[in-house]
Amino acid sequence: MITLVNIILNIGQLKKYFVTRQGIVKAVDGISFFVEEGETFGLVGESGSGKSTVAYTVVGMYRPTEGKIIYRREDISRESKNRSHTMKKEIQIVFQDPGTSLNPTRSIKQILEMPLKVHNISKNHKDRIAKIKELLEMVQLPVDYMYKYPSMIGGGEKQMVAIARALTTNPSLVLLDEPTSALDVSVQAKIINMLIQFQKKFKLSYLFITHDLSLMRNVASRVAIMYLGKICEIASSSDFFKNPLHPYTQMLLSSIPVISDEEEELKPKKIMSTGEIPSPVDVPSGCSFHLRCPKKMDICFCEDPIMVEVSEGHTVRCHLYTK
Amino acid sequence: MQKGSSGQRELSKRWENIRRNWYKFSRNSLSIIGLVVVCIIVFVAIFAPYISPHPESAGKFINFYEASQCPSLVHLCGTDVFGRDVLTRIFFGYRFSLMMGIVVLSLVVPVGVVLGLIAGYYRDSWLDTVIMRVTDIFVAVPPLILALAVCSVLTPGIFHAMMAVSLMWWPWYTRMVYGVASSLKGEFFVQAAEVTGASRTHILFREILPNCIAPIFTKMSLDMGWVILIGASLSFVGLGAQPPTADLGSMVADGSKYLPDQWWIAVFPAFAIMLIVLAFNLLGDGIRDMLGAEGE
Amino acid sequence: MNFMPKPLLEIKDLHVWFKVFGGILKVLDGVNFIVWPGEKVGLVGEMGCGKTTTMKAIMRILPIPPAMVPKGEILFKGKDILQMGQTELQQIRRREISMIFQDPTAALNPVFTIGTQLQDAVRFAEKSGRNTEKEDIRTRAIQVLKEVSLPDAERVLQNYSLQLSGGMRQRVCISMALVSTNELLIADEPGTSLDVTIKDQILRLLRELAEKRSTSIILISHALGAVRGMTDRIYVMYAGSMVEVAKTKDLFAHPLHPYSQGLLTATPRLTGGGIGEGIDGHIPEYISPPTGCRFHPRCKQAMPICKDKKPPFFKVGENHEVACFLFQNYR
Repeated sequence: MITLVNIILNIGQLKKYFVTRQGIVKAVDGISFFVEEGETFGLVGESGSGKSTVAYTVVGMYRPTEGKIIYRREDISRESKNRSHTMKKEIQIVFQDPGTSLNPTRSIKQILEMPLKVHNISKNHKDRIAKIKELLEMVQLPVDYMYKYPSMIGGGEKQMVAIARALTTNPSLVLLDEPTSALDVSVQAKIINMLIQFQKKFKLSYLFITHDLSLMRNVASRVAIMYLGKICEIASSSDFFKNPLHPYTQMLLSSIPVISDEEEELKPKKIMSTGEIPSPVDVPSGCSFHLRCPKKMDICFCEDPIMVEVSEGHTVRCHLYTK
Repeated sequence: MQKGSSGQRELSKRWENIRRNWYKFSRNSLSIIGLVVVCIIVFVAIFAPYISPHPESAGKFINFYEASQCPSLVHLCGTDVFGRDVLTRIFFGYRFSLMMGIVVLSLVVPVGVVLGLIAGYYRDSWLDTVIMRVTDIFVAVPPLILALAVCSVLTPGIFHAMMAVSLMWWPWYTRMVYGVASSLKGEFFVQAAEVTGASRTHILFREILPNCIAPIFTKMSLDMGWVILIGASLSFVGLGAQPPTADLGSMVADGSKYLPDQWWIAVFPAFAIMLIVLAFNLLGDGIRDMLGAEGE
Repeated sequence: MNFMPKPLLEIKDLHVWFKVFGGILKVLDGVNFIVWPGEKVGLVGEMGCGKTTTMKAIMRILPIPPAMVPKGEILFKGKDILQMGQTELQQIRRREISMIFQDPTAALNPVFTIGTQLQDAVRFAEKSGRNTEKEDIRTRAIQVLKEVSLPDAERVLQNYSLQLSGGMRQRVCISMALVSTNELLIADEPGTSLDVTIKDQILRLLRELAEKRSTSIILISHALGAVRGMTDRIYVMYAGSMVEVAKTKDLFAHPLHPYSQGLLTATPRLTGGGIGEGIDGHIPEYISPPTGCRFHPRCKQAMPICKDKKPPFFKVGENHEVACFLFQNYR
């Protein structure tokens, strides 16, 4: 039986290279995935993996070097200044560090008012104020935070303002780049639960980026793991955590701190993390993970593996499985 | 009804911000001294015709009976060779000094800042290159020489002196704002505004400019002192205000001929220049403390 | 004969206040904290709860105005650090207590080579003072670098901090702390700014080193998971005082203070099951903190007494104490 599912975002062989003095940085080097409407797609990786670059390219901060970004049926593989005005309403982003994503010299009211003015969402000043109050109530912040400046409120509250700002234009796709990494666990819980509620209420699709695998387990329905600009494995959340196939996935899972014995059971025991993460300027030849991989074979030194589907919805890019 | 109360809350938050800024400013007592002296000088300059002891001394006035008198109770700073009261002329001289500072900065700051914003935001484009290379050319010429050259070509006078000083002053604002704007360009809040679709004007003037205000204001208050000093230097060499206008620089120039016997004719105006420059410097330090380090 | 070991570090009723615009921030409100010799203690608390302030008070690196210490004692091997003179304090900082800061990039001076900084640390730590030979200093520096598993130690000595990766910088900071045979190591969120795999390596390194040298460690973190495999006892801190202390296993199995329970429920688990609720409200303003127990405005089980009096530690088991009136009659 075929269930028709709407795909809201389709990424095809996306590449983003940066030219720097040290050489060409292949931040994103040929990745493909899709996000279904209404789901939360997780993107996991460490520094240098390129996950943030993916988000920035999708939202339009960077121009793709190669590849396609398709939103619903429209090809938007361009910088945001070359995209249509309506597209800028549809895709929004929440950055990692709330300290730098809010202008410290603007009050909360001015920050939330900007998207309203730009897209003419409310007709006059009174309507705008009403809408801002509505937004603040939605993220459970007191209404008179409007007149405060970002430096006067805490990190969690700043992030809630950033989320409110993203939702001002009624987007359909929200990119969340490590939205809670800089926050405490109790604030994180509040924000994540809020995000899940909003997803149901406003029928949002999320591209959720984080390095915290325990968080990812509870948030994403499908997960992709990236290393040095390429995707190593994509799977549904339960497959990813119960049956990780790629050695890097196993290494990452074995390193995370957990708080209960059941979780310890779930972690792969055999692989201890070793070595440093190479710089994206100096990507190793063949499979980029071979220098740290405990299961490397001769072929890994010279040939880069391709993605293969091992079971339904579970794809891996590793020579161990390309038979 | 609702709008009124929200407006009230906004006002009270603004008042709290002012009080907080005053707290930061007043931590250093030298800044308060600077502020007080500047206020006194401004007051004196505005009300010079009413509070100066011998207002007629400011213009064409000759009274050889009282010429070259030492400082006394009648003439607190003595009189010059024409019998004019030096203290009065200092008061009126402050008018020109302040006017020079205000006029020059009013011209220089808007032009310099806007050019700096544009060059910084469009960094690495042709716009940036053009603006910054022109700026570099003006910066390369030694400032006083540029002013002297301009003044010598045009008829000497206070107006032309102000034009000359303006011409050599704007590049510094452009450079400063260029530095701040080009570093802010990559900040996430600017990117957030861009991807939401905000217009260029909004980004330049509403997102980036408010972050430049602190260094701009600090520089402006420090500059007041320097502009006044440069203006006095121009008058000293005869290219600024012309006699019989009371101007601090020309008073020092004239009075220097009579040193060391009639020392008061040159020393008091020189001291007056030093006072106003120092006061603005202290005020500028206080403004930098107030606007600078934010939060804890 | 009963031999009662003496605590290595004992903080008694420490209060630390800060003078700011608008009043006084009463940050630390009676902190009680003990570390036994050879023990690894975790200190868990969210941002703004005062853990770094406490550690800075131990090292006496708080900026004295605006900070002030109106009350309290910090006893290291029986002597009060807050009353010590400069010479004695310097000895303690050089040889007895070391601190590893959160951000290794900020802790290393970018204009000097690692070698210069490390050799300075060696020189200050050596008991013979200034007369140590250059060669000996260099050898010792290379020795500590090898102890923290830094490959190619000679080359690292010549590098500047910016040429190293985050993980390597943190290892250098750890080596600087290890240079002297100290008794107490304070690690303030080591690995927070690092990737998960590197952080894991750093924590394992710290544990090995502590065990090898029988040094006591205070490991500070804002997440419970990071201290789980590393510590013998854990203190939970909230808004300027300790709310619970227990052996690590006991804390995770039976957290008693409502705040500790809240933290554990809010932590996402690898086994799935959604994320717990989080704790309503937020950290109080230190300018006008809540009366009595500082957690009572957010506590679902608050009682009238919680608003009036600050709860002391009540003993609820072996090495398990809770500062909560729910347990005042626990037997």
